Amino acid sequence: MRKHLLRALAVAAGASMLLTACANTPSSTNAKTAGGGIVRAENGDVKIPALPKRVVSLSPTATEMLFSIDAGKQVVATDDQSTYPKSAPRTKLSGLSPSADAIAQYRPDLVVVDADRNGVVSALNKLHVPVLVEPAATNLDESYDQIADLGTATGHSKQGGQLASKLKQQLAAAVGNVKEKLGKRSYYHEVDNTYYSLTSKTFLGSIYSMFGLSNIADAAAVGNNDYPQLNSEYIVKANPDLIFLADGQCCGQSAITVAKRPGWDRMRAVSKQHVVELDADTASRWGPRVVEFAQTVAAALEKF
Amino acid sequence: MTELQPRYTQMRASWLLSAVTVLLGAIVVGVMSGSVWFAPHHVLLTLLDALPGVHLETGLAPIDQAIITQLRLPRVMLAALVGAALALGGASYQGVFRNPLVDPYLLGSAAGAGLGATLAISYAPASTVIGVPIVPLAAFVGALFGVALAYLLGSWASGGPGVSSTAINSGIATLMLAGVAVAAFLTALQAFVQQQNTEKLQQIYGWIVGQLGTATWTNVATVAPYLALSTVAVLLHGRLLDVLALGDDEAASLGIPVTRVRVAVLVAASLATGAAVAVSGLIGFIGLVVPHVVRRLTCTSYRVVLPLSLLAGAALLVLADVIARSALSGSELPVGLVTAFIGAPFFAVLLRLNRRSLV
Repeated sequence: MRKHLLRALAVAAGASMLLTACANTPSSTNAKTAGGGIVRAENGDVKIPALPKRVVSLSPTATEMLFSIDAGKQVVATDDQSTYPKSAPRTKLSGLSPSADAIAQYRPDLVVVDADRNGVVSALNKLHVPVLVEPAATNLDESYDQIADLGTATGHSKQGGQLASKLKQQLAAAVGNVKEKLGKRSYYHEVDNTYYSLTSKTFLGSIYSMFGLSNIADAAAVGNNDYPQLNSEYIVKANPDLIFLADGQCCGQSAITVAKRPGWDRMRAVSKQHVVELDADTASRWGPRVVEFAQTVAAALEKF
Repeated sequence: MTELQPRYTQMRASWLLSAVTVLLGAIVVGVMSGSVWFAPHHVLLTLLDALPGVHLETGLAPIDQAIITQLRLPRVMLAALVGAALALGGASYQGVFRNPLVDPYLLGSAAGAGLGATLAISYAPASTVIGVPIVPLAAFVGALFGVALAYLLGSWASGGPGVSSTAINSGIATLMLAGVAVAAFLTALQAFVQQQNTEKLQQIYGWIVGQLGTATWTNVATVAPYLALSTVAVLLHGRLLDVLALGDDEAASLGIPVTRVRVAVLVAASLATGAAVAVSGLIGFIGLVVPHVVRRLTCTSYRVVLPLSLLAGAALLVLADVIARSALSGSELPVGLVTAFIGAPFFAVLLRLNRRSLV
C-alpha cells in the first residue's frame, strides 16, 4: 500500500502545483525600453539582452496576452494548450511538464512559463535563454502587471498600457450597476464534477466579487487552500442563487446533468434555472478574455 | 505465520452480535453527522417518511430531507459496501496466500484499476457505455485485467496451474511475485499516460486517493450484487481456507482440491475488490488491517474472520468517511488518506503486539 501512497503523494505534489497556482508576489516592470531590458517577474529580475524575435510561450494565458499586445509576430512556438488565438503557433511543447531540450529546438530568445516546472528555468538559463515566470494571477492588478511585463520584454509597452486601460473600461461596462440592482447573491463555482471549487481569493473569485456576489466556498476553505473540494451536502445546504459550471469540457457537466444529481433539484439555482455553463478556457486563464468571462456573468445576472 | 493457524473454529453469538451492533452504530453516526448535523429523531422520521406509503411530519425542510435521503444515506451505504468488500477481499487474499501482509490489491487490481481510470479520465472522461459512466467501468475492467494478468503470469512462470501439491507452495510465491511485477508494469503505464495528460492530473489524483463524495443510489446498486455474490462464494470456502492454513500437503491429503479452492476464492475476492475500486477509487489499509483486528479480538479461523471482517470493514469505512466529510466543515478530505492516516500507525502497533507470535 505504501507504493500506492507514494504514488498518490507524487501526484498530489503535481496537482498542487496546478491548483495552488504559485505565490502572490506582485510583479512589476522596471525598465521601459524599446524591448528587452530588465523585467521583474516571479523568478526575480530577468535580463533580456535585446528585443526578442523568437518568443516561446508555454502558458496559454501569456500567449493570449502576447497576441493582444501585437507581439504575436515575435512568437515562434506555443504550448499544446494555447488554443487562443487560432493564429498562435501551437506545437506539442508542454507547459505542464516542460522539456528544456524540446524548447531549445525552437532557438528561443525569450521563454514565458506560468510556473518553474521540471527545473526548466535553470536549464534554459544554462543555455543563456531568458525565462519569465508569470504565474496564475489572483487579481486583476497582477494580470495587468503581467501584461506590462510582456509589453516591456517584447517592445510593446505602449500596447500593453493601452490593453490594460481598455480591459478596465470593458470590465467596468460589464459590471455596470448590477451590484446595486441585485443586492447580495451567492454562487457556487464548480471546477470539476467531484465538487472542487474556488474561493474569492482566486482570480475568477475576484471577478465574481466585482459583481457583489458572495462565494459559498469561502466559508468551507481551510488554511490557504483556495481550491477546496466541497462536499455535496454542503453545496445543497448552502443553496446558492447561482451555479457556474467550468466542467463542461472536462467532465461533461451541464445544467441538465446538474439538475439530475440527487438532491440538487431542490436547490433554487436549479429550480429557477440559474445554472451557467462557462467556457473552460476563459474560466481558467487570467488574460484579456477575462472580459468575456465577466460578460457571461453579467448576462446570467440579468436574468434575475 | 503461526498466528494464522486456527485455534478456535466456532463463531460465537456474542462476536457476531457485537460486530452487527458496531456496524449499525457506525451507520447511525454516519447518517447523523457531516457538514450539517441532524438529531437522531429527525433522521429516523425522515427515513420512515421516505418509505412508500408513509407520510410523516419530519420537522425538516425539504432540502434537509433531500440531504439525508439523496446524499448522505447513499454515501453511508456505499462506504459500508466498499469497506465490506475490501475487508472481505483482504481476509480472503491473506487466507489464499497464507500471508498476513497481503492486501486485496496484491495481484494488480489497484494498478490495473488506476490505469483504467487514468485512461478513461485522460481520453474520454465524459462518455458513457450503454448508460454507464466510463471511469468506474474502466477501473473495474482494469482491476480484473490486472488480476487476470498476474494470475496468468504466475501460472505460466510456475509451470501451469493444477500441478502437484509440492509445486504449489512455490506457486504461491511465484503468484505473489507475478502480482508485484504486474502492478509495477501497470503503474508505469499509468504514470506514462498521466504524464502525457498533465492537465488531467488533478482529476486523476482525486480518483487515486479515493472518494465517496459523489456517491449515489446507482453506485450502491452497482456494487451490491458483486459483493453479495463474492460474499456467498468466499464464506462457503471458509472451512477449506482453515484446512489450507495447515499447509498444502496436509490439505491435499485430506482430499481438498487445493488449486480449485484458491482460484475460486481469488476470483470471488477480486470481483468484490474490483467493484469497490470502481466506485470509490483506491482506499488503502482497510483490506490489510481489518482482518488482523478481527483475528486479535476473536480467533483465527476463517469461518469467523471472513464474516466478521466484512462487518468490521463496513463499520470502519463508514466512520473514516464521517471524518473525511466532517473534519474540514464544508470541504472534503480524501477518505483514502483518512484510512491510511489511521491505518498506518494502528498497523505499526499491531505488528509490535504480534511480535512474539510472528517469531
